[in-house]
Amino acid sequence: MIRAVWTHLVKDLRIEWRSKESINSMLFFALLVVVVFSLAFDPRGAFARDIAGGVLCVATLFASSSTLNQAWAREIRHNVLDAQRMAPSSGAALFLAKALANFLFVSIVQLLLAPVFLVFYNLRIEGNAWLLAEVLPLGTWALVANGTFFAALSIRSRNRELLLPLILFPIFIPALLAMVLSVTAILTGESDPALWIKMLAGYDIIFTTACLLLFDVVLHAE
Amino acid sequence: MTGAASTAGCARLSNVSKLFGEFAALRHVNAELLTGKCYVLVGENGAGKSTLLRILAGLLRPSHGTVRVFSPDGTNSAETNFVEPHEARERIGYMSHASMLYDELTGEENLRYFASLYVGRECLAPADALRQVGLDPDLKRPVGQYSQGMRQRASLARVLLAQPELLLLDEPFSNMDVESVAQMVELLARFRQANRTIVLTTHQREHAAPIADFVLTLKAGRVENLLPGAPTL
Repeated sequence: MIRAVWTHLVKDLRIEWRSKESINSMLFFALLVVVVFSLAFDPRGAFARDIAGGVLCVATLFASSSTLNQAWAREIRHNVLDAQRMAPSSGAALFLAKALANFLFVSIVQLLLAPVFLVFYNLRIEGNAWLLAEVLPLGTWALVANGTFFAALSIRSRNRELLLPLILFPIFIPALLAMVLSVTAILTGESDPALWIKMLAGYDIIFTTACLLLFDVVLHAE
Repeated sequence: MTGAASTAGCARLSNVSKLFGEFAALRHVNAELLTGKCYVLVGENGAGKSTLLRILAGLLRPSHGTVRVFSPDGTNSAETNFVEPHEARERIGYMSHASMLYDELTGEENLRYFASLYVGRECLAPADALRQVGLDPDLKRPVGQYSQGMRQRASLARVLLAQPELLLLDEPFSNMDVESVAQMVELLARFRQANRTIVLTTHQREHAAPIADFVLTLKAGRVENLLPGAPTL
């Protein structure tokens, strides 16, 4: 299983390295969201810290939805997915590798976005900044695990660009709330984000397990 | 679709129908594919050739009827001795109209990737598979920059990689020049001589004639006739 995950992951990273489709489109979209919000709300001082968590999460969410679709569109192009279905490799390995690749792409975009974000919103972190290193990966994983699963589910649909957000966003709401509230708690330093971080971890475990168990059904659906 | 009764069975289709909504792509197809034979499926566009191949590959499930492949004892014995195609997918090779390869990777990288998915199965070396179809394994161009004929060859190399016992080829000669077709036919003849079964669809029946043991004509999803071929290779 680990070997199969590694094989799929290396392939996805190699393809992204050559095409740079996902990271470029995601980065520019996320940048646009951050800049537009900063212009719309004139974020300064305490107000900036109050909305920054939400803006960061929403920017990540919107930007990643195109990437999540693209990850499977590569498999549909030239019917490569049929070759995957014919191979005696588990669907769970394919899913996990795709989710890991998407996780890396979104994380890279978040890292590139962070300095821009700090500048535009003139942020100073009042709470424990290191907790962001827990919250952002947990929230990002919640997004990409579900997103990768539902993108695979909707990939054969003609309206997949619309269908994915329609399915993904409502299911992601509990994780989004936990992510926004914990980021805001860290930025403002006014409350303890521990409960929200635990909730994110629980959400990740439940949904990752469900996706792994159900992915073979999605992969082999006609 | 049958042949000499003494030959071992490779696949068996019993009363297979496939519906897409209200459209019947296949209607009551009964067939017995014999090991080591080459079957050429012909018919007009929409006759059900590709659907039949996808059902044999286990990529589609029939709406009615059953499909079984590979009797483990190598005989035409009871239905229960066969397995469903998706349970024996590593023993089946399927080449479709599309290349089933990643545009961003080279031919060799594509093949290395797919070979690594066939854990426990003895695969050809990617370079050997590419050489067999007449492609240079050292070619560093991504598949997206290949000509249509080169893609077709690379796609065949991918299929040959896992040395399948049942080879399903959908229009393998399309977009290929005469010399490439001749090379492919020779390759398929060697494959057949190794007691492996081939089912291919084509609109160019004359290209497949040298290896065709049986020619099956489909019309509107039904088997219209099955004629023995006269293979010369």
